[in-house]
Amino acid sequence: MSSVETKSVSPAAAAAATPSAPPSGFAEFWFYFSSNRGAVLGLGIFVIILLMAIFAPLLTAHDPIIQNRDVLLLPPVFAEGGRAEYLLGTDPVGRDILTRLMYGARFSLFVGLIVVTLSVVAGVLIGLVAGFFRGTTDTIIMRLMDIILAFPSLLLALVLVAVLGPGLVNAMIAIALVNLPHFVRLTRASVMTERNKDYVIGSQVAGAGTLRIMFVTILPNCLAPLIVQATLAFSAAILDAAALGFLGMGAQPPTPEWGTMLAEAREFIQRAWWVVTFPGLAILITVLAINLMGDGLRDALDPKLKRS
Amino acid sequence: MLRFIFGRLAVLIPTFVGVSIIAFSFIRLLPGDPVMLLSGERVMAPERHAQIMAELGLDRPMYVQYFDYLTGLLQGDFGRSIISKRPVIDDFMTLFPATMELAICAIILAICLGIPAGVVAAVKRGTWLDQTIMGTALVGYSMPIFWWGLLLIIFFSGTLGWTPVSGRISFLYFFPPVTGFMLIDSLLSGQKGAFSSAVSHMILPTIVLATIPLAVIARQTRSAMLEVLSEDYVRTARSKGMSPFRIIGVHALRNAMIPVITTIGLQIGVLLGGAILTESIFSWPGIGKWMVDSVFKRDYAVVQGGLMMITLVIMFVNLIVDLLYGWANPRIRR
Repeated sequence: MSSVETKSVSPAAAAAATPSAPPSGFAEFWFYFSSNRGAVLGLGIFVIILLMAIFAPLLTAHDPIIQNRDVLLLPPVFAEGGRAEYLLGTDPVGRDILTRLMYGARFSLFVGLIVVTLSVVAGVLIGLVAGFFRGTTDTIIMRLMDIILAFPSLLLALVLVAVLGPGLVNAMIAIALVNLPHFVRLTRASVMTERNKDYVIGSQVAGAGTLRIMFVTILPNCLAPLIVQATLAFSAAILDAAALGFLGMGAQPPTPEWGTMLAEAREFIQRAWWVVTFPGLAILITVLAINLMGDGLRDALDPKLKRS
Repeated sequence: MLRFIFGRLAVLIPTFVGVSIIAFSFIRLLPGDPVMLLSGERVMAPERHAQIMAELGLDRPMYVQYFDYLTGLLQGDFGRSIISKRPVIDDFMTLFPATMELAICAIILAICLGIPAGVVAAVKRGTWLDQTIMGTALVGYSMPIFWWGLLLIIFFSGTLGWTPVSGRISFLYFFPPVTGFMLIDSLLSGQKGAFSSAVSHMILPTIVLATIPLAVIARQTRSAMLEVLSEDYVRTARSKGMSPFRIIGVHALRNAMIPVITTIGLQIGVLLGGAILTESIFSWPGIGKWMVDSVFKRDYAVVQGGLMMITLVIMFVNLIVDLLYGWANPRIRR
């Protein structure tokens, strides 16, 4: 969350430095972002999920792992036979579903954060090198990215996890690798447009070193599309990690990861609908909230859309 | 155009080589002894180990092994299953029609609903209709499809009892596969009720697999239409008094279709990836389920061969889409 927030300020702040910019970069960004009601709603939901993940141990009296034979498959409180202490019911081994969902939010958000950080950092570096130096380096990098893109992403992630061994960390590495080409391509494309603009030539003439031109002069001006893509990658990573968990290749039981919870609940679909419904709903709401924010960020950061 | 075709093909060659290197190294990167992995045996004497190693050619230098593998690929040899000992390509050919049938039905559904939905949303921009369509599309785009499939099963198969839970056709019907497409084969068989059984097995998997492409197509169509609708020639058409239906259907839609067709092409890979999840939920006997099962059975020869074959199919489909695109839009041929 905080990474998205701080990053999203910087390009707007950079825009504020240009002569035509309004008072404050953040104010301008917030003006456009908040005019999109869906985006604000998404941000709100996201903050709530984040708080639930952080304060999960304080919000619930139950344990996410310890089984309780006395309360097997209790329905949610609003259904017949539900109990107030188990708001969303219990699973086949008597664990509180709400508790597991709150702890599960930690895994999902963590996966999203790590995957996006890994693929953004690596992708931006590689893309910057490709777009800045061009030539053979560029050709080799882009062919390598084409190779990764040739595989269907979930299949590649599945096979990578088969090589590395099932588990959450390996799933994150696999998903980050699969996401990498998008950031490389995007960075390269923006760097190539910026590369020959007057301000870059100007600082080159003024004697700025290569690294300074790459990271200080060019990179900040390429951030807007990267931030939007990072938001999309964040939600896609949550979906992919859950999908791998569902296939039994991600987090392993009894980890309260949402996809893994769904996989465990599969055999109960005809008997206990709540065991299946709530973990999926948690994934959907989280991903939806992030995508809503992504749409708002795109509207706020994309100058082409802004002026029209 | 010919130059364009050869240009596209030339780009494919390094990608093919790279993909084959990855598939080749996959089995050598696995933790454990490749001899044990490929023979499927757990305990073996050193002599037997050396014998199998020589049989499989694993004692030769890596680059010789790779060229052997590549030669095999070009001759259609994608390896043999460790468990069933059948050639991977045979299993692939048996199972692929099931996946293709599902993917074709899904993409047709996605196009038939997605394009009209996007057009309506663009034309009625800002109204409740636009907001509803785009809201639904965003939900579809964010959907964990493995959960969506389970929900549909709970509701339509469980509560209502309308559709079957898994498989391609009821056990009551049996006929030899002619095309491999169940919908066509069941019609050809002439058995009463076979076709409707095939259709009812098809409905839920198609909806599940179509969900994300449908949402993507609707969103893309809307934004492409919005761009085109503000063009001068649309205003001219309006001022000439042309009927709105003709303006939207003929002038705007045809130009808006160019980016949409690219999007549809890109969805093919997504569909084959989505097939992994959809087929696992509905026990659909296609290549997606086959791959997942092979990973679990540690049949790494199948995983290797399947990965290679699926990727080749996607590369081929993308090539066709590229060529069609170049044919439809001469500007990108350069």
